[in-house]
Amino acid sequence: MTTIRHANLEVGAASSAGEAEEIAHDMATNTEAAAHPLVTNKVRQARLSGGMSASNRDRIINVISPIALLVLWEIATRTGIFDARFFPAPSQIFDTLVTLVGNGTLWNNTWASLQRLFWGALLGGVPALMLGVAMGLYRPLRAIVDPLVSATYPVPKSAIMPLILLIFGLGEASKIVMVAIGVFYPVLINAVAGVREINKVYLDVGHNFRASRWQVFTTIAVPGALPLIMSGIKLGIGMGLILIAIAEMIGAKSGLGYMIWNAWEVLSVETMYVGLLTIALLGFLFTLLLNEIERVIIPWRVQR
Amino acid sequence: MATVPASTLAGNVAPVKIRIRDLEKSFDSPAGRVVALADISLDIPTGCFFMIVGPSGCGKTTLLRILANLETPTRGSVEIGSPAVGQPGNSMIFQGDSLFPWMTVWDNAAYGLAMRKRPKSEIDEVVGHYLARIGMTRFAKAYPNQLSGGMRQRVSIARAFANNPDILLMDEPFSALDEQNKVMLQEELLKIWEETRKTVLFITHSVDEAATLGDRIMIMTAHPGRAKRIVDVPFDRPRHVLELRAQPAYGELVFSIWGELREEVQRARALDEGEVRS
Repeated sequence: MTTIRHANLEVGAASSAGEAEEIAHDMATNTEAAAHPLVTNKVRQARLSGGMSASNRDRIINVISPIALLVLWEIATRTGIFDARFFPAPSQIFDTLVTLVGNGTLWNNTWASLQRLFWGALLGGVPALMLGVAMGLYRPLRAIVDPLVSATYPVPKSAIMPLILLIFGLGEASKIVMVAIGVFYPVLINAVAGVREINKVYLDVGHNFRASRWQVFTTIAVPGALPLIMSGIKLGIGMGLILIAIAEMIGAKSGLGYMIWNAWEVLSVETMYVGLLTIALLGFLFTLLLNEIERVIIPWRVQR
Repeated sequence: MATVPASTLAGNVAPVKIRIRDLEKSFDSPAGRVVALADISLDIPTGCFFMIVGPSGCGKTTLLRILANLETPTRGSVEIGSPAVGQPGNSMIFQGDSLFPWMTVWDNAAYGLAMRKRPKSEIDEVVGHYLARIGMTRFAKAYPNQLSGGMRQRVSIARAFANNPDILLMDEPFSALDEQNKVMLQEELLKIWEETRKTVLFITHSVDEAATLGDRIMIMTAHPGRAKRIVDVPFDRPRHVLELRAQPAYGELVFSIWGELREEVQRARALDEGEVRS
């Protein structure tokens, strides 16, 4: 009886076909529930939407929604709702895009940004993961590092840009360090939280089976904290994209940030949009990529 | 209140594996010092299936955790006979879910051997044997969240046995299971145990479980946990759980243990209620 009541509540709350279908799937095993008129109705509705799984549909919607937005924008500019000087039509931006791709400008700048992002993520993410997991495991270390993190985390990363330029100069190092700082904090904070949320019994098991410190680290702490660590990496990459754009606007001769800044200086609005869209696309692709990585390295979590 | 020394009990010829003397464990809590265990003195012979039964809050889990080296005693001594060379001292089967959710059934069962860096051939053989023994071979690649509670606890048993410890410590391993699963797992545990006859220390709040599995039962008092009495279980081995329970002698044993335990449960409840009122 409890399952039926529970299911009815969910049916009442289900706003999308996807949710309804998930419930329908749950219902399939529950013959009693089919007798309930409200439930049968929802089941039929869910079946009409096809045999696709909810996660597959989510992925397709993920791709369609930005495309729909571009179409609306094109219409808005052509009909004069948007001012074409500030919001050139996506088709115009696309022309510029073709030009920039053709002469290699876009690729060179994207590649420069990607390289900085990669090295920055590695430089910030790996130490953050190691330190965060160690902090989660060892209380004294947490006591030492926690106040430092709490004190430095709220400082806007862009505000330390001049200091980073002063220390690391105008070259690659300062850009990479900016990204590293952006990635470091979310990964660290999530790794600490991830380890601390691991049920104590798993650490007891590790101790009882004579796992060494390093074995506890690799077989319990890291995999146990991995779901939250992945969230930290996603947040960190997002922060890295923001910071790389800012860093490249100051004293850089390449990169998407530089391209956008330069476009502003020469008043090439379309180029500016190409840069913005490229960054947006990168963010979107990173999210897809990281979700896919998460699916592969956390198989125990995605079982439904 | 008298603790019967193991040496005075009939039929005791095996050497002592675990010797506990005047063990005490107390914790500091906001309400003051709480004595969880007091005056525990106990000898457990090698190869004995030793049961500890007592009301909740009698410190039986604390006693097991001290033996597993997960906690240190406040006072007293614990001597444990050294295992064979290369053999681990003890492996624990924990209460409730303790399988790593991020490892497959196989990797969970292989955990102890992997931590001791045993060769792959040995791990394959031993883990394969115990997974077959508990009927989980088909589920070797499954993750714990795909299994039922009974299956998960089977894998915990395989994990402990595969590690081939000198002593097995079991902390109410079946308490979360339904009655049918419980009986089946008790049966399976007895069968696997018969192969090796390791020293077992098994904690339970179920008198039935204690009388079914054990060679000897220690009844504990609560607040603080003390040894009230040690009872010998006269039944022959190998045992079959349901056949055993049909015997009149089984009923008598359970009844007499219940008599001892009821006083303790009532006393513990009175103490708890007193604490609530004050």
